[in-house]
Amino acid sequence: MSLEYKNDGALHAKLVEEVLSQYPDKAAKHRKKHLSVAKSGDEAGEVVSECDVKSNIKSIPGVMTIRGCAYAGSKGVVWGPVKDMVHISHGPVGCGQYSWSQRRNYYVGTTGIDTFGTMQFTSDFQEKDIVFGGDKKLEQIIDEIEGLFPLNNGITVQSECPIGLIGDDTEAVSRNKAREHGKTIVPVRCEGFRGVSQSLGHHIANDSIRDWVFDKKDIGFEAGPYDVNVIGDYNIGGDAWASRILLEEIGLCVVGNWSGDATLAEIERAPKARLNLIHCYRSMNYICRHMEEKYGIAWMEYNFFGPSQIEASLRKIAKHFGPEIEEKAEKVIAKYRPLVDAVIAKYRPRLEGNTVMLYVGGLRPRHVITAYEDLGMVIVGTGYEFAHNDDYQRTGHYVKNGTLIYDDVTGYELEKFIEGVRPNLVGSGIKEKYPVQKMGIPFRQMHSWDYSGPYHGYDGFAIFARDVDLAINNPVWGLYQAPWKESPSHGRAMAAE
Amino acid sequence: MPQSAEKILDHAPLFRESEYRQMLAKKKLNFECPHPDQIVADQREFTKTWEYRELNLAREALVVNPAKACQPLGAVFAAAGFERTMSFVHGSQGCVAYYRSHLSRHFKEPASAVSSSMTEDAAVFGGLKNMVDGLANTYQLYDPKMIAVSTTCMAEVIGDDLHSFIENAKDENSVPRDFDVPFAHTPAFVGSHVDGYDGMVKGILEHFWKGQERTEAAGTINIIPGFDGFCVGNNRELKRLLDLMGVSYTFIQDASDQFDTPSDGEYRMYDGGTNIEDVKEALNAEATLSLQYYNTRKTLEYCEQVGQATASFHYPLGVQATDEFLMELSAISGKEIPETIRLERGRLVDAMADSQSWLHGKKYAIYGDPDFVHAMARFVMETGGEPTHCLATNGTSAWEAEMKELLASSPFGKDAQVWAGKDLWAMRSLLFTEPVDLLIGNSYGKYLERDTGTPLIRLMFPIFDRHHHHRFALMGYQGGLRVLTTILDKIFDKLDRETSQTGVTDYSYDLTR
Repeated sequence: MSLEYKNDGALHAKLVEEVLSQYPDKAAKHRKKHLSVAKSGDEAGEVVSECDVKSNIKSIPGVMTIRGCAYAGSKGVVWGPVKDMVHISHGPVGCGQYSWSQRRNYYVGTTGIDTFGTMQFTSDFQEKDIVFGGDKKLEQIIDEIEGLFPLNNGITVQSECPIGLIGDDTEAVSRNKAREHGKTIVPVRCEGFRGVSQSLGHHIANDSIRDWVFDKKDIGFEAGPYDVNVIGDYNIGGDAWASRILLEEIGLCVVGNWSGDATLAEIERAPKARLNLIHCYRSMNYICRHMEEKYGIAWMEYNFFGPSQIEASLRKIAKHFGPEIEEKAEKVIAKYRPLVDAVIAKYRPRLEGNTVMLYVGGLRPRHVITAYEDLGMVIVGTGYEFAHNDDYQRTGHYVKNGTLIYDDVTGYELEKFIEGVRPNLVGSGIKEKYPVQKMGIPFRQMHSWDYSGPYHGYDGFAIFARDVDLAINNPVWGLYQAPWKESPSHGRAMAAE
Repeated sequence: MPQSAEKILDHAPLFRESEYRQMLAKKKLNFECPHPDQIVADQREFTKTWEYRELNLAREALVVNPAKACQPLGAVFAAAGFERTMSFVHGSQGCVAYYRSHLSRHFKEPASAVSSSMTEDAAVFGGLKNMVDGLANTYQLYDPKMIAVSTTCMAEVIGDDLHSFIENAKDENSVPRDFDVPFAHTPAFVGSHVDGYDGMVKGILEHFWKGQERTEAAGTINIIPGFDGFCVGNNRELKRLLDLMGVSYTFIQDASDQFDTPSDGEYRMYDGGTNIEDVKEALNAEATLSLQYYNTRKTLEYCEQVGQATASFHYPLGVQATDEFLMELSAISGKEIPETIRLERGRLVDAMADSQSWLHGKKYAIYGDPDFVHAMARFVMETGGEPTHCLATNGTSAWEAEMKELLASSPFGKDAQVWAGKDLWAMRSLLFTEPVDLLIGNSYGKYLERDTGTPLIRLMFPIFDRHHHHRFALMGYQGGLRVLTTILDKIFDKLDRETSQTGVTDYSYDLTR
């Protein structure tokens, strides 16, 4: 189902103009390229073609970019969830500390024994390590890990800023120690100053899988005809599990899940599978392209947010495998139809027409749009922290005319846009959550699912609908104004159901 | 199909449903290539032994689950305690995203800071251009009264010189010549967040005090709270006590309003904090008191250099530590401690006496920042408890010595051990080999609670998984009451849980305790 609506493009254009007028000239010139209002082509019903903002370029200093760094992209996103490996945050203590257990990549395992997901391993660099180099220390760390955590199935060395600056050779250390211990050891050059955002960290991490994991061992595994990999699902709040259950139900066999709840074995076996299903295109398209080129594995983008996209994706995936799977897919769609109908019947009347602004990472600013629309909600603005041009092209298939588009938005811009648009809901991250709520506007974290989830799959959609409803219709929004101060309340709460 | 619109199950119950349990079991069996269960079980048991403990404590290079953060976090927290001050962290931008998230997750509040967003070219050529453009952008967009500059390790490794960069930026009119841009070099590879706090506060004082004439105002006192996740509750409580005494005081660094803004429709990027005029005036104070010595070592030295008397405490909490703090205040200010405060003290002691039978002889493991651990160990001993393990990852040898002195002062400290520089994976071994009744720390301790079964009491930054505790004071007699109640609740809840099996433990499930 595609909701038909148009956004107030004129208002949005005015807001863009207003925020730009507040910058020093040089900064305004830079920022102008990142802000736009989506316009459709001449033909009615045509895909919105112009979300043409500049992207994937340096943030300007001093403006409060919301972006992170390459280390966050590698350790935080791609490698961190691989559960049976020890990921060393190599450098000073902070990076590992702030990212410790924060992405909610769910897994099952005995933490500290055969699984290491919610732990913080750091080389805790001191001044002497900077001065004399940290390679010796890294060697010792790897030995100590082997002694204390012998059931680890491998180690990654996630370089923090200083490593690349002091000229350490983490590759040599990794190579030697891998030989000595007979383990996979992967050096990842994801120093935080590389690139312009998390995005280069994803790419570097993908490349390190290609260079340090693939084809290094004899993999005694032969794939069946329906074996697939799920790529770019980090199992946040259990997303990958709520997806896997559907893929299995339509008759597919998920060999590897990258990288939520993954083991190293799942990564190693991936080149044997028949198809790569990619959810987070931004963070893992690189390795899909590589596997296509080197192993001839096709890849396919899909979207498991909200019933419209789930249905379309299941059909698209099934089509790849032929009538038998297609038939099963139809059965699965039919099986979940009553759940979908009941969820929509319950929540759509409570959410219909509510407006939403999004600002997330590299996939969700487009991927979740239809899930909101399935609930009758309207997306008035969206933007990415670290998207590239191909993401904005894909965004055109999702957004409606007049939608406000903001790339690498600054704290100032986002606040002003929200103030000007006054949407009924904002979906963004922890740094944005509290400023928005202070303004009396309901908010959901769209990185961590606000400690809820899963949001993928049919099971996830029900939770998503519940969460959006409880955010918007909580009575607290009606309490912001003291009754002795005259001013209309922004709240429009409904009783909980 | 477990999910239904009537009763929507989120992750906690959903994945306990049989469909998911079977799916996960199959995934493990067919695709994960796990170690055999027996080997995992054996290793798990091995980690509980003294033998493993010795290996674990002998680690020299690897750090696992440390209880400390890096310097710039402390600098950003410090800057948040001054009027309309924006933190500007010079270096890679990802760091700033981390500090902001970390502070927001604890306080459940906005946390603002900007980065100079240095990338590879800046690594080669230095970050001067980033400083020049960055200060101009921050000044214009965020309308600060002061910009406090600190550094990430990237800028430190390449050796950027903040003083000359800021001068350069002023020459290029990024900010007006007389605009306040104090700074502190805060390398992440030296010390921890408590040192970053120290550096930033000292940087701000130097910025305003350097070259100024000091005219001592007798009886006036500066108070520096230190890095404190409970600043919201603590600072307000301390001000109440100071006001009751009638002391003339200035808080130097006070983030209590910044991290506790109201929800009324207006987002306040800046709120509260020490007024800049008050910072200038504070040069004339007779004395500067630090509430957390290990957070303010350099700042206190500087205060002495300008001619102020100084005194320091270790997070004054509980009876005797609060007594000392108040008596010192009284001595410097010449103000008497009023009767109302004496009555408050009596009420805390009364509560401790009422509950002493539940607290006497209880063993504790305490970890956190050095001053906090000192404070908690002291209070625990006042209640008749034994602080068996006292651990501070960012504790120095001086701290270790001071802790030992404290523990030697009480019979309840005679079996206590001090672990300076150790991490929470070391604590895990300590808890298995020498178990305690209660663990006092922060949210990271929940993994220790799960592994070792030691009940965790969250009284230390950061607390991510419980809400609003930081809004209540821990310091002073009132704070002591809060700490006491929190400890007791944990003890009683556990006892009730352990005796709640109908038909088995009908006894012991007492109505009155």
